[in-house]
Amino acid sequence: MSKLYTKRTFLYTLKTSLVITEKNVRIYYLKAPIIIFGILFPVFFFLAFALGRKVIPFILTSGLIAMTLFFTSSSVGPLITPWERNAKTYERLLASPVSLSSILLGDMLAGAIFGVIISSIPLTIGILFFNAKFFHPLFLVGNIVLSSFCFSSLGVLLASLATEAPSQVMMLSSLVRFPLIFISGIFIPLDKFPFWGKVIAFMSPLTYTVDAMKYSLYDLKSYPVLINLWALLFFSFVFFSIALKMHRKNLIKVL
Amino acid sequence: MSESSVIQVSNLKRVYGKTVAVDNVSFEVKKGEIFGFLGPNGAGKTTTIRMLTGVILPDPDEGEVKILGIDIKEDPISVKKIMGVVPELCNVYVDLSSWDNMILTGKIYGVKRKEREEKAEELLKKFGLWERREEKTRKFSKGMKQRLILAMSLIHEPKILFLDEPTSGLDVQSARMIRKIIEELRLKGKTIFLTTHNIEEANLLCDRIAIINKGKIVAIDSPEKLKSTFKRMQSVEVAFDRMPEDIKWCRSIPYVNECKELGDKFRVYTKDPDSLIKKLVNFAEKNNLKFISLNTLGPSLEDVFVALTEKVEAKYHE
Repeated sequence: MSKLYTKRTFLYTLKTSLVITEKNVRIYYLKAPIIIFGILFPVFFFLAFALGRKVIPFILTSGLIAMTLFFTSSSVGPLITPWERNAKTYERLLASPVSLSSILLGDMLAGAIFGVIISSIPLTIGILFFNAKFFHPLFLVGNIVLSSFCFSSLGVLLASLATEAPSQVMMLSSLVRFPLIFISGIFIPLDKFPFWGKVIAFMSPLTYTVDAMKYSLYDLKSYPVLINLWALLFFSFVFFSIALKMHRKNLIKVL
Repeated sequence: MSESSVIQVSNLKRVYGKTVAVDNVSFEVKKGEIFGFLGPNGAGKTTTIRMLTGVILPDPDEGEVKILGIDIKEDPISVKKIMGVVPELCNVYVDLSSWDNMILTGKIYGVKRKEREEKAEELLKKFGLWERREEKTRKFSKGMKQRLILAMSLIHEPKILFLDEPTSGLDVQSARMIRKIIEELRLKGKTIFLTTHNIEEANLLCDRIAIINKGKIVAIDSPEKLKSTFKRMQSVEVAFDRMPEDIKWCRSIPYVNECKELGDKFRVYTKDPDSLIKKLVNFAEKNNLKFISLNTLGPSLEDVFVALTEKVEAKYHE
């Protein structure tokens, strides 16, 4: 009976989170902060890095895809909750038969889907112009899916800040996200990092995405391949669990 | 607890830091009743409503809320499915049309596709929004948005409706429409928990009223019974053809508790209107005054509200 109840609860959470995802997709994908922080920023970063320099194709392609995935997936979550608080739609949502975990799962899914869709553009560019090949296609899919979940969970975690001003959360999210770009082996390969750099890189989820991307598209790697996927799964779980706890804690402060 | 109670609240409590927002509140709401919940700003109304609607779940030591016999802490999702909620400060999704807002709410409440489309059409027509169903609600007036929010709260046919200030800040037409719909819902047997600052609205709509102040319930009864307990607040409204020469004329008349000048007339509060009227007639004759009007008035609900909340206020500051 208890197993049945748990299964039913799980399915209900999943079902309602899909409704929340649909709402998020329809309302938030075209909001200016998501376009700016999610799409334009990685493009400009990439151009600043690649233009006028001789960059090795595998660094260029895997870095660009990973960076796009990172920025796009993590840009949706930070916007939704503060936007809803500000627009006074959040309390009605909390009063509806949807648990907080469904709401956050819906926010996470919206970010992940956005990341997967947008990162298909640099992936196509890499395949067409930079010799990227599907060496390990299933691994590539696994990497993209897990990375998008991981980064969108990070976005949901950032949204737990007790504020109803989206600009404050976007500022915090830039503060957290930008340093990760430089320590995750996007612009400089991990093996050229000093020891302390490698230790820091080890703590960034983006490092595993970049490494798994190189393996998928160019059959190159720094870590054992499965470590990358397990690390992304671990970070996703940790980010989402902390996000749930923090949102619950800060709920009443911002109603 | 009586069997006909659909909302049962026992010893509800909520503390924020050093402030006791809700202090040991207990009451019941019966099936089909419109239950008014009144109180000044910061009295604990919104916190109580949030605890009743599951927005904030009470901790085990914060009392108990049962909706149709289900403990909200045990099964908040099932409880939320049987209630419709219009929070005080809430909005529609302004990037969506009124139709899409209705459909989205239907999906959230798990209403089946055919049913939610039929219900959305019926409610949008009823609330006068059908013609503009495809427009983004960003362009809607406050009254239209509030009507849409109420319509959204009804899409799943809730048995209980929580309305927190549903007519606050609305134009006369929208407020009247919402009041009319609340009355229709009562006729359909829905239970309505209504919070309002409009005392007259509560007086006209509610079967019973609870008044909360400083987190405590200070009175619960029907509007008429609440008024009758405040006999000292009965008054006589009198207007003479000219103002009496002595501006403190009221003080010379027995049976007067208090006297207020209201434009060209006076409201004289008394426990004994009959004796007061006789004395007023003597006074008018003696001072050669003619009556323009003379009305006896019972205490208004507003008088009762002010008296109760001021009493607690005074006690609080002692």
